[in-house]
Amino acid sequence: MIVDGDVRKSINGVKSALPIVLGYLPIGFAYGLVGVKSGFTISQVVALSLFVYAGSAQFIAISLLSAGTSIVTLVSTIFIVNLRHFLYSTSLSQYMKHISRKHIPILSFFITDETYAVAITDLQTNSEYTEGYFYQLFLTSYTAWVFSSFLGAVSGSLIGGSINIGLDFALPAMYIALLLMQISGYKKVFISVFSGLLSITLMFVLPGNTNVIVAALIGAGMGVLLDKWVRNL
Amino acid sequence: MGTKFIISVIGMFLVTYIPRFMPVYGLTKIELPQAVKSFLEYVPVAVLSALLFPVIFIKDGRLFLALSNIYLLSAIPTFIAAYFTRKLFTPVVVGIVSYVILSFIIK
Repeated sequence: MIVDGDVRKSINGVKSALPIVLGYLPIGFAYGLVGVKSGFTISQVVALSLFVYAGSAQFIAISLLSAGTSIVTLVSTIFIVNLRHFLYSTSLSQYMKHISRKHIPILSFFITDETYAVAITDLQTNSEYTEGYFYQLFLTSYTAWVFSSFLGAVSGSLIGGSINIGLDFALPAMYIALLLMQISGYKKVFISVFSGLLSITLMFVLPGNTNVIVAALIGAGMGVLLDKWVRNL
Repeated sequence: MGTKFIISVIGMFLVTYIPRFMPVYGLTKIELPQAVKSFLEYVPVAVLSALLFPVIFIKDGRLFLALSNIYLLSAIPTFIAAYFTRKLFTPVVVGIVSYVILSFIIK
């Protein structure tokens, strides 16, 4: 029994990372391909994956750099596009309280849309976890991202044209699965539809990926109001 | 391209790392007020919806509500699988398979 309990108490980060790996492979590959086709070397393409590690930001960086945009514009655009990580980091901070602080500067680098979404779902249902869980989840995902962008870049420099692997739907499917795991009660259903529609609307008026962070902030704020409002009924 | 690229990468590293690092490092010692906790509880739902809706409803910068929208159609079986399993892997596989089949039928 004790052995059983010990085994069960550590959630397996590698296993949790598998859907992310499936989702990262085609996107990382596509990124690598686009990067090389835009005139960057394989090592430049991979360098962005290694040091920036943010899919949409990397695609934007490639297009801005090849268009000759200034460093200030480029860097501030990337900053805005990735501001949503601030939100993820704030949210995760509540679950990293008993993890040794020396790991935080390393672990926080690996927070992405996908690793955050998977981690927060695991953490909410499982209160027993260690830094090992985070390392497993984060490093597996990171490796898949870097490796697939390398493969894409190599393929792009070897063969011409683009390749469609039909795994395009892996990430949207994962968002759907994670969303349903998060939803409990009509308030969350309401906030989901509200934030989603708001995100679409804002997409037409805001630049880059800012619609995601603005819609998420307003959506979550709406949730707080909803909580207050329902309690006062 | 050499120097400009290296400076750009350093700049991008800093602006992507700082928002990831600061909150998780600064807030782990602090007990947050109830309203903030309530806010954070809604963040995952709000973020996931904000990411998902544009992917399945928008194509080339336009609202795409048609039977030829493969993303939207594939979302239906994925949603059903997710509703019944409440797990990650099965809906992802259902989604990919639906997407591949639908791509063949519609294209």
